[in-house]
Amino acid sequence: MTDSQNPAVAWCLRLYIAGQTPKSLAAISNLHRICEEHLAGHFSIEVIDLLENAQLAEGDKIIAIPTLVRKLPEPIRKIIGDLSDTEKTLVGLQLKPKTG
Amino acid sequence: MFTHVPNYPQIEKIETGIIGFDLISSGGLPKGRTTLVSGTAGSAKTLFAVQFLAEGIQRSGDAGIFVTFEEEPADIRRNVKSLGWDIEAWEAEGKWLFVDASPDPVQDQVESGRYDLGALLARIEYAVAKIGATRLSMDSLGAIFAQFRDAAIVRSELFRIAYVLRQLKVTSIMTSERTQEYGEIGRFGVEEFVADNVLILRNVLEDEKRRRTMEILKYRGTSHQKGEFPFTIVSGRGILAIPLSAMELNQKSSIVRISSGNDDLDRMCGGGFFRDSIILASGATGTGKTLITTEFLKGGAKHGERCLLFAFEESREQLFRNAEGWGIDFEAMETAGLLKVVCAYPESASLEDHLIEMKDIIEHYKPNRIAVDSLSAMERVATPKGFREFVISLTSFIKHQEVAGLFTSTTPTLMGGTSVTETHISTLTDSIILLRYVETNGSMRRGLTVLKMRGSIHDKDILEFNIDGTGMHLGEPFHHITGILAGNPRDVSFG
Repeated sequence: MTDSQNPAVAWCLRLYIAGQTPKSLAAISNLHRICEEHLAGHFSIEVIDLLENAQLAEGDKIIAIPTLVRKLPEPIRKIIGDLSDTEKTLVGLQLKPKTG
Repeated sequence: MFTHVPNYPQIEKIETGIIGFDLISSGGLPKGRTTLVSGTAGSAKTLFAVQFLAEGIQRSGDAGIFVTFEEEPADIRRNVKSLGWDIEAWEAEGKWLFVDASPDPVQDQVESGRYDLGALLARIEYAVAKIGATRLSMDSLGAIFAQFRDAAIVRSELFRIAYVLRQLKVTSIMTSERTQEYGEIGRFGVEEFVADNVLILRNVLEDEKRRRTMEILKYRGTSHQKGEFPFTIVSGRGILAIPLSAMELNQKSSIVRISSGNDDLDRMCGGGFFRDSIILASGATGTGKTLITTEFLKGGAKHGERCLLFAFEESREQLFRNAEGWGIDFEAMETAGLLKVVCAYPESASLEDHLIEMKDIIEHYKPNRIAVDSLSAMERVATPKGFREFVISLTSFIKHQEVAGLFTSTTPTLMGGTSVTETHISTLTDSIILLRYVETNGSMRRGLTVLKMRGSIHDKDILEFNIDGTGMHLGEPFHHITGILAGNPRDVSFG
């Protein structure tokens, strides 16, 4: 059984955005959709708006916006962009093996 | 100097505090603008970026932000310690703040959909506001282009960052790497459009010698010195540029005469050298250049003047023994505080480093007379261009001190001839003394002539001279011999 199928493994995701821009809003909805589909019941999402809390970007060394950080399970993974490419997002989260 | 009065408002500049650069740039970096600093690997770009902030903190308490895309803050802190900069202490004082955007070596990053660099911008804005920064360095652009696949996004975001920094009135530097010393400004071909101003740092291999130069390529709407200027990196001080053409020709001329230390030579020169003149003594090895130098120093000390000797050919012991042989007591002069002898091998440092050290010594010792024996020894460690810059820079510096300077130059051939040194500085010197061997009827004699004596009449004869235990003695002219200076003496007494 993989991490995504095991309800005992809690997925801890953090999404960095900067204001309510179209890219930010797209990222939030894309992330929720993917999580509901693949991690139903065992994920948590924390959204950090850097316009309000810029200092929080320092720890994860965030440069691009939006950036999704998979804090748990380890290792930490980063995916940048509005997550509109579901295929790449799944690969980035290791919810799907790299193909090709 | 020509005074140029512009009709448009001049762009305000802030002095960086980097010695020499402020002169070249006619006052420093344009305030509130972004300047691109581009150079190949090892051209001291990061150092320039760090020093820009360090000088701001040390000179005027300006707080600065360092945005690093490449090295980790810990590495930067450690690397600049040897230059005497304690970044940690400045961080504790709230004068320095890192924005760490260095890549994480273990994490790879996946791109999915559209993004921008808004987080970087937000962090920069936050950092600037937090410590009230007025200076910012970003190092380096190549590293941020490498972190993202889409160069177009990085490019447009850099524009946005430069624009925001301008709104915040922050004067900034972006460094960028290039692959060749001469050619396109940056690797991505876009860097020059991001910044209004471009500075190029070079580390060129020329005749097996490394030579660092800086050049301002573009300074939009404001003046600057043109061309390449040599610079060096000094421990404890960082980058030091050596502006050459930035020097102004505003030396005063004195009509006060000083003794050359030799009565005969004083007579030939119409009553001695001028107090703030540069004299070049040129001749083949063994013609008496060191003797002229020694007497010049004695002449100074005799009148209570402080004398400084830079010796690049002989050791201290040799020099003191030579002087003793001519009846001059260097030790007594030194004890009286009227003489300082500095010996160095030309090979011990680069020409730029020698120049900086010489200037330091002159500024601290404040001599009335300076002798360099020999200047031509420095030709060995430099390219012709580098040597010319060294000579001009040293000459200008000494002239600014308004002291007398005597340089010697060794000609490469025994008979006649000129040296590179002469060619380079003959127009800068006020007086030229030529020492020559004169071969006649199977014997080697020595001749001296004053070729040039700016602002004064002088004896134009070529006089024979002898050297004994009391120094140099000028005798009669070589009346029947021609071709001495050309190195081809001919007896014409019967012709």
